[in-house]
Amino acid sequence: MSPPMGDSHKRFLQTMMSNGIISASQAAALHKHCCETHGAHYVADRLDDFINIINAHLQSLFMHIRKGMSEEDGLEYYALVNVTETDITRMASDYADNELELFRKTMDLIVDSESGSASSTDILNCADSLQTKKLKKKETEHVLSKFVQDKWLNEKDGEYTLSVRCIVEMEQYMRTIYQDLIKVCHVCHNIALQCQMCENPICGIKVHLPCVARYFRARSDPRCPECSEFWPHEIPEIPQSQSQSSQNLPSSSKENTAPTPSRRSRRS
Amino acid sequence: MSQRKRAVPASQSKTKRRSQVSLDEDDKDANFSQITSSQVQRARENFTSDQIDRKVAEVVQFILIKDQKKIPIRRADIGKHVIKEYKAIYIEIMNRVCRKFDQVFGLKLVEIDPKNHIYILINKLEPIHGEPVSMRPGNPKTGLLFVILSVIFMKGGVIKENLVWNTLKKLRVDPGEKHEEFGDVKKVVTDEFVRQKYLEYVKIPHTEPVEYEFRWGLRAEKEVSKLKLLKFVGEVWAVLFLLHSPIQLTNLSVTVITSVMKRSLINL
Repeated sequence: MSPPMGDSHKRFLQTMMSNGIISASQAAALHKHCCETHGAHYVADRLDDFINIINAHLQSLFMHIRKGMSEEDGLEYYALVNVTETDITRMASDYADNELELFRKTMDLIVDSESGSASSTDILNCADSLQTKKLKKKETEHVLSKFVQDKWLNEKDGEYTLSVRCIVEMEQYMRTIYQDLIKVCHVCHNIALQCQMCENPICGIKVHLPCVARYFRARSDPRCPECSEFWPHEIPEIPQSQSQSSQNLPSSSKENTAPTPSRRSRRS
Repeated sequence: MSQRKRAVPASQSKTKRRSQVSLDEDDKDANFSQITSSQVQRARENFTSDQIDRKVAEVVQFILIKDQKKIPIRRADIGKHVIKEYKAIYIEIMNRVCRKFDQVFGLKLVEIDPKNHIYILINKLEPIHGEPVSMRPGNPKTGLLFVILSVIFMKGGVIKENLVWNTLKKLRVDPGEKHEEFGDVKKVVTDEFVRQKYLEYVKIPHTEPVEYEFRWGLRAEKEVSKLKLLKFVGEVWAVLFLLHSPIQLTNLSVTVITSVMKRSLINL
């Protein structure tokens, strides 16, 4: 039997519930804070053990604290997800039927695209042909900003991408719905929407930008891990582990993180 | 467009199990009290423990979602939307639900209205400051609410609405205007806070034109520690005193008052 949850675990869980998703560094700070508040035995770097205790108790409630990597900044995040849903019903209580339909269509566009993004123009076109109830331009813009505010989508320069919260929460749903049609990262084996692709027509493997950064770090002659063809794309910088920013990988020449693809969080 | 293989969502293949115990589908809450022990016995035999576990999880989810929006939960709604055909063993289910809330989340399901069977979730963990991640992210209205609760408290538990509006006006929060942080202040105070059961807004009988008075709502009674409120009031008593004195307040005074209140409110 799993050890019972202490007040420190409950406090951590409550915070996860109100926030939905937090970064790994926030989680570490929160772990320390919760243990210290309730006088619980605290060991730094044992965050995953701490969370495992919570997850053991969440199992019968079909909830789980899941770790995932952001495609945008390469940092790890912890999200509280439902595991019963094989649909996007997690959002169902917050949005109307036609808004959910728009979200599904936006997801379709994003998964289908090479860039892993959908333009607001394309989304507006979808809004016009919804089966449930059409959305006008202003309504669509309002719903999209709600999606961004609730952390399901990210927006930059009129292009929309799936947020880390969305991918961590709905990865199971997306794999079920899209099956072989969804891109998967060759390095970390998770869903890859914003990624680089091997240009070799008989290879074509995909790799997340942060995974590229880690895998090809300090290699002057980057080669595809599958077919060994030259990797022609620009190699991004390795993500800063302290950074909270969601900008594209900041340039830092001194970085201690070793490229260890095996550390990538596998889908549990 | 590309072909898309869509797997059937699991939610559609969930078969409704008809129980041997036939209960009227139009049941209102009243029928909860008319369950016989033989009905309970039969229900226990009809449902596997897995199914019952599942129901417990569904009720927990249902309550969490409602509570997230601070909507009090009616027992009739739990019966109608979640428990349904398991109604005969609702007591057992609810007991387990309460235990889950306590053991896993550190929350307590409290009946604030025993006549109509309405519940809210209150926190057994004390709110503390200095959290690296807030348990109540982005809710500026809490400050507004506490000012009103304090005024009511200090004035003996009931006050005429004018007193609330005058107090707020002195803090540069005008119910007549749209406030940049709170929006439609009058609506937030008389509708949102009332619906959430933090305040009661009641007509004073025999008044012409109609006047209203404010009291603490049932949720405030259960959730707000009077001791903490006294501390808060103690820290700003001088300020509140000034607000209700006939002394003309200069602009400088108002700034001082607001900043003192803000500082104290952060600690709540």
